[in-house]
Amino acid sequence: MEYLPNILFAIILIAGIGYFAKNVKKLIRNIKLGQDVNVSDNKNQRWKNMAMIALGQSKMVKRPIAGFLHIVVYVGFVIINLEVLEIIIDGLFGTHRIGLKILSESVYGFLIGSFEILAVLVLVAVIVFWLRRNVIKLKRFLSSEMKGWPKSDGNIILYFEVVLMCLFLTMNATDTSFQALDSGNIISQFIAHWFNGFSEGTLHIIERAAWWLHIVGILIFLNYLYFSKHLHILLAFPNTYYGKLTPKGQFTNLESVTNEVKLMMDPNADPFAAPPEGAEAAVPAKFGASDVQDLNWVQLLNAYTCTECGRCTSSCPANLTGKKLSPRKIMMDTRDRLEEVGKNIDANGGEFKDDGKQLLGDYITNEELWACTTCNACVEACPVSIDPLSIILEMRRYLVMEQSAAPMELNNMMTNIENNGAPWPYNQMDRLNWVNE
Amino acid sequence: MSNELKVTTMQQFMAEGREPEILFWVGSAGSYDDRAKKITKAFVRILNKANVDFAVLGSEESCTGDVAKRAGNEFLFQMQAMMNIEILNAYNIKRIVTCDPHSFNTIKNEYPSLGGQYDVLHHTQFIKELLDAKRLSLTEKTFKGKRITFHDPCYLGRANTIYDAPRDILKATDANILEMKRHKSTALCCGAGGAQMFKEPEKGDMDVNVLRTKDALETNPNIIATGCPYCNTMMTDGIKAHEREGEVQVMDVAEIIADSEAL
Repeated sequence: MEYLPNILFAIILIAGIGYFAKNVKKLIRNIKLGQDVNVSDNKNQRWKNMAMIALGQSKMVKRPIAGFLHIVVYVGFVIINLEVLEIIIDGLFGTHRIGLKILSESVYGFLIGSFEILAVLVLVAVIVFWLRRNVIKLKRFLSSEMKGWPKSDGNIILYFEVVLMCLFLTMNATDTSFQALDSGNIISQFIAHWFNGFSEGTLHIIERAAWWLHIVGILIFLNYLYFSKHLHILLAFPNTYYGKLTPKGQFTNLESVTNEVKLMMDPNADPFAAPPEGAEAAVPAKFGASDVQDLNWVQLLNAYTCTECGRCTSSCPANLTGKKLSPRKIMMDTRDRLEEVGKNIDANGGEFKDDGKQLLGDYITNEELWACTTCNACVEACPVSIDPLSIILEMRRYLVMEQSAAPMELNNMMTNIENNGAPWPYNQMDRLNWVNE
Repeated sequence: MSNELKVTTMQQFMAEGREPEILFWVGSAGSYDDRAKKITKAFVRILNKANVDFAVLGSEESCTGDVAKRAGNEFLFQMQAMMNIEILNAYNIKRIVTCDPHSFNTIKNEYPSLGGQYDVLHHTQFIKELLDAKRLSLTEKTFKGKRITFHDPCYLGRANTIYDAPRDILKATDANILEMKRHKSTALCCGAGGAQMFKEPEKGDMDVNVLRTKDALETNPNIIATGCPYCNTMMTDGIKAHEREGEVQVMDVAEIIADSEAL
């Protein structure tokens, strides 16, 4: 019976990590529903971007207050989680504070002391975050796409962090042998005073409860990620690695179109020639994107990475002037639809059954797409290299090239270009008239 | 201003068996839009003054296709691009300068993979080159002390991270350069990009250009400087919406340089 806690711990640990792994597999499968795209170039630059933008948080600090608080939580989260290592070893082998046996008392004390200070800083930062969302009511947290689940999601994450930090401090404060060491209990020594009247036995129960709840809480939080916007804590790394490296103004040239245009402009091309063997397969089913499977997998990774901070939307000229377009909503819609497609595949034994819905129209409206000025403010603002503009462009391509559904004025403009090589109806022969005017 | 503009087409260069130093890509706006034509002429006066041996394509130039691409019409874009590339390559063009950040971005970034590789410069970069090489010097400086705020065109700034060239040449006029709260990488769009220039805006509570002009007016400027013909139109309309057209002027950087020297 004495091994019961160890066995229980192992079961909880395996279940927690196992369920998470299952969802990660699903996540990867969903991302791979996207079109292939070659991102194997410039490995050095990509690693550098990941180091600077994700690890180094270089874009977070563009907005100093949120950026600083975020770094506190981020550093706290990463460093305090070293403690989880000790908890796992203790849990599996029935030891208590194995760190003390491996490290010298002063080193261990220094580590735990730093964790405690960080825990308090994280608590403060998280409380400010909560106030920003719920009391100060920053505009970017109040947009229409932030009603309901996205709002609760944001708060639930903050509550999780508060509870986890409090459990960590309580666990240390009620650990009488740790307090007796008087090394590393920088914060918890003060909390320990609150438990002054408690018997040793009660303290032990509280300490054990806090310890168990802490590790169970962490495992629940880990599994919560998949269902939450909080996936960014993992996906920010691959996402910044695969982020766009070319100048922001450079849009992709569709290769399928290049082939057709070349053929069209080739005076020696035989319009009635049979396509060469195998060419049929190279022609894409459609130009542009009307659903998530038409986007490339980096764009789908973008959607899962988005943590709905709204920096994009709060710098979008269309959104700032009251238009429906919100780059954040583009990313949230893409993820929601991708999740829906994923569930459809799960329910139909691994194959997608047409559900009569698509990203275009059922999630994102034409009005949103046509409001974009392609100014790249959203791309610039994103702290984790998400590119909402590329999705908007793919969907415009579908609207124009597959459905001829551009606004009438744009059709006129394009007709002018076709007829006289300018967006206005002027004669190409008059291009040099300005010289003598 | 009475000086006649010296403009030579590529055809003429070819006939004379000469190659120009640069090709000036005028762009559709610069060729046809009444306001933008003034920018074109101002830039030509600068080129003439600095004795730059430049060519234009004239009637052989066609829309870069930028606006079609951003509207989603990749077919039309690539047709335009390939036609232009065919002509540019036939003339063996190596260096292109344009006053339009949209043409600049498209030719510089989107033409190469379609077979058009050139050294492409925005006119503010080229003017800076002329100043740095002392081929052009500012002596009159009639804009000295004027309050000028520069509006970053999206396709020059964020799209291609060119923020300093226009500011450097504005500083050379000894004007007082003011920055808007949103500038450089956080600059707000004028509202014309992504084919918006050619359509009515979607429903909202304000037009983008009115908001951007508000940013500019907050610096209390004499002049709002731009480096893009579309920004110029949008900001000019914005000034009218704020009923400040009498006091504040919208000028292209090239016009400021040309006017500053009474060219």
